[in-house]
Amino acid sequence: MTIQIHGVSKSFNGTPVLRDVSLTLPEGKLTALLGPSGCGKTTLLRILAGLEAPDAGEVRHGGAAIHGRSARDRNVGLVFQHYALFRHMTVGENVAFPLRVRNRPKAEVEARVHELLGLVQLDGLAGRYPHQLSGGQRQRVALARALATRPQVLLLDEPFGALDARVRQELRRWLRRFHDELHVTSVFVTHDQEEAFEVADRVVLMNAGRIEQEGTPAQVFEEPASPFVMRFLGAVNVFRGHVDGGRAFVGDLEFSAPEPSSGIRAPAHVYVRPHELEIHAKRSPGSFAAQVERVTVLGASVRVELRAPPYGERLEAEIDLPRSHALKLRHGDGVFLSPRRVRVFPGHDPEQDSITASGL
Amino acid sequence: MSVRAEELERLEPAAAADPVPGFRRAHEDPPWVRRLLIGVALVFLTGFLLLPAAAVLWEALRGGVEVWLAAITQPDAWAAVKLTLLVAAIAVPLNTLFGVAAAWSLTRFRFRGQNLLLTLIDLPFGVSPVIAGMCTVLLFGGQGLFGPWLQEHGVRIVFAVPGIVLATVFVTFPFVARELIPFMQQQGKEEEEAALVMGASGWQILSRVTVPNVRWSLLYGVILCNARAMGEFGAVSVVSGHIRGLTNTLPLHVEVLYNEYAFRAAFASASLLFLLALLTLVAKKLMEWQQLRARTAWERAK
Amino acid sequence: MGGLTPSRARRGVLPGFGLSTGFTIFYLGLVVLLPLSAVALKASELTLAQAWDIVTSPRALASYRISFGAAAIGAAINTVFGVLVAWVLARYRFPGRSLVDAVVDLPFALPTAVSGIALLAVYARTGWIGQWLEPLGVKSAFSPLGVVIALTFIGLPFVVRTVQPVLEDAEVEVEEAAAVLGASRWQTFLRVILPTLVPPALTGFALAFARALGEYGSVVFISGNLPLRTEITPLLIMTKLEQYDYAGATAIATVMLVASFALLFSINGLQAWTRRRVGIAA
Repeated sequence: MTIQIHGVSKSFNGTPVLRDVSLTLPEGKLTALLGPSGCGKTTLLRILAGLEAPDAGEVRHGGAAIHGRSARDRNVGLVFQHYALFRHMTVGENVAFPLRVRNRPKAEVEARVHELLGLVQLDGLAGRYPHQLSGGQRQRVALARALATRPQVLLLDEPFGALDARVRQELRRWLRRFHDELHVTSVFVTHDQEEAFEVADRVVLMNAGRIEQEGTPAQVFEEPASPFVMRFLGAVNVFRGHVDGGRAFVGDLEFSAPEPSSGIRAPAHVYVRPHELEIHAKRSPGSFAAQVERVTVLGASVRVELRAPPYGERLEAEIDLPRSHALKLRHGDGVFLSPRRVRVFPGHDPEQDSITASGL
Repeated sequence: MSVRAEELERLEPAAAADPVPGFRRAHEDPPWVRRLLIGVALVFLTGFLLLPAAAVLWEALRGGVEVWLAAITQPDAWAAVKLTLLVAAIAVPLNTLFGVAAAWSLTRFRFRGQNLLLTLIDLPFGVSPVIAGMCTVLLFGGQGLFGPWLQEHGVRIVFAVPGIVLATVFVTFPFVARELIPFMQQQGKEEEEAALVMGASGWQILSRVTVPNVRWSLLYGVILCNARAMGEFGAVSVVSGHIRGLTNTLPLHVEVLYNEYAFRAAFASASLLFLLALLTLVAKKLMEWQQLRARTAWERAK
Repeated sequence: MGGLTPSRARRGVLPGFGLSTGFTIFYLGLVVLLPLSAVALKASELTLAQAWDIVTSPRALASYRISFGAAAIGAAINTVFGVLVAWVLARYRFPGRSLVDAVVDLPFALPTAVSGIALLAVYARTGWIGQWLEPLGVKSAFSPLGVVIALTFIGLPFVVRTVQPVLEDAEVEVEEAAAVLGASRWQTFLRVILPTLVPPALTGFALAFARALGEYGSVVFISGNLPLRTEITPLLIMTKLEQYDYAGATAIATVMLVASFALLFSINGLQAWTRRRVGIAA
């Protein structure tokens, strides 16, 4: 079922946490709420679950206004970051809980528990206690429990945050496959860009209580709507310059400025991703001189740190291993950099100038 | 997040134009439940705690302040006060010394038999005070283990002040240790080990690192120990012989007066002990408040 | 203080092991073990048959009945109301909450003789509450009920203080999860919260029971000390001592000590169980 959020605002202790947020979460899709800590994504999720009430605005499930309904009556599934499993109950009793409190008949409860544990691949563990399970297993129990009453909305609050890296990877893929089978409208909150991109159909970027951009992972990465989005989704080189009459200027370089400008000269920032900053041994049109500071082999790709005053003191370029071998770069080498693709944002950059900003 | 932490964080003012009227957090109870439970709890506590407490003060001051003063300063009462203070002045420092030594040994080292020691330290806590007094009599009384030897040397322990001190030491034995041990266990020994690496001696570590860290727990343990030492009745009752003006501590004096139907005087003496209890409770609140302050400051700084 | 020998490394490298442990063991032996062994020594002077006669005399049996019985009832009352009070203190905000929280410890801090006469002032026939109960035929002093009242008073803080930290440290998320899963507040309390309170409540019960069992000062005023009716075991021991019947006193004291040690042992076990089930809160 489609979820519509309209004009939702929320403050805690006078501090605004959500500012007039409006969003539609499409039916059957897995949407990620992505953003740094404090951006309001968890609060929005809790409002969807009924654990918080908005100060203003409304929430609708399939057209029906539910923001007045208590958490008990919404029939949503919620998976907490730290699982919130009932420690004194077995796995089976945990999963059976939502059915038992609705007084479902015993046979039905047992059958459903068995079915759910099979779904999350935890057959045979019904008699164990949470403290006997691994982190990944506990999270799957929490998921099975959340799905027991066949909710039409599934909410996940940083579901893999408490797990270590390997388990996180596996569980991400597993969740995606799981969703592909069930097609329940799902929302999950994360601050990890890679996770959001791997698992979600759509990504909603949030910052300081507002929505910065929403779209598919490819859309938000290739066409970021704001400096924040660009910075958050990966490392980026920032150059200070100005726009004038539909063109952007940085030093001797010139780019087309996609935004229609009024023709008045105005300050602007030009953003270039490391993998779109090409390194050449010789000068070419549209390139500038730079000096290699450091070369780090990260695996299949190679990170090259450079300095190129007056363009920037710490620039970062990313090339693949074969190209790195071809260039044979070393500390102190002089090279030429040419941006293959740029993004121009007029106005002042909220962060410092010409610093390579990596995603949070 | 714990319930307590949540309470401290969310002190929300009521929303003005509330689009969700009557919203209640998922872990909160409806108002009528709250009021009912608070009511029942208060009735129970009033009947069992507040009324007896009020009765002591009321009965003590009913005759007026002059009567109260006269009862307090009567020679036997005054002797009882002095004896009580003397007993506490001996028992408390001894048991404090033990408490610190035991806490140091049990929380800063690892050796076999620690659990046994911990259980043994708790023993006096589970023993009836009358039995504690009885032990003293069995050891030092006329027919006791050391009885003949003591009589030979003219030393009176039972039915005299030394017996009272010994019985009190037994009964108040665990108090300081019981406060210090869990606290020091929780704190861990990193700071002391750091001091050792920096070249501090044992006494330096104890005085400059350990004691300042545990001062509130230590203080509270001492206060509890003192309250029990001054208020002990059962054990002292067995040992003292009830010799007025000589071997009556203040609690025994209260009993003597009461049995003679001198109610006003009995309650007057009792009110002094009651004041002591109030001071103990105030000290506990202060200590809790200090510890909370220290802990939240530490958490915030992290 | 020598270098880092293997035994030192195993024990811990901080200085003062010998001094602190030595003093601890010495003082413990002197103050606790010596007196208690005197009891065993004296008790061994009796033959088993003699001891059995004393320990099972009608007066002794009556004293066990009232001591153990009233202690158990008092501890049970404290368990029910103690959980209630702990709940109210841990979760609700109301005017005077801090004061109430502090006052809960009063029975622990108050000298037992003062408790004794205070309770009598309230529950005697002419007392503040006693006077209302008398016409109803309820004797709240000089009766077994009086003993129960006194032992309830004395054990009051124990259950509250073992349950309160567990409630305060409870995770909010678990209750939120139960709510989102569709449980009503009552269902959440019954199925999710209450099971976690059973270990600390039982621990508190055992502590209150142990304390009430040995209690003397606060009981002897209100009980009236009527042999075979309201004479508690500690008083019986005291009486025998006053009559210089040391052997008899020791025999009965041994019964009490056995019960106390059994209780202490189970309290340790209960506390360990609480830690396992609930975390280190209790």
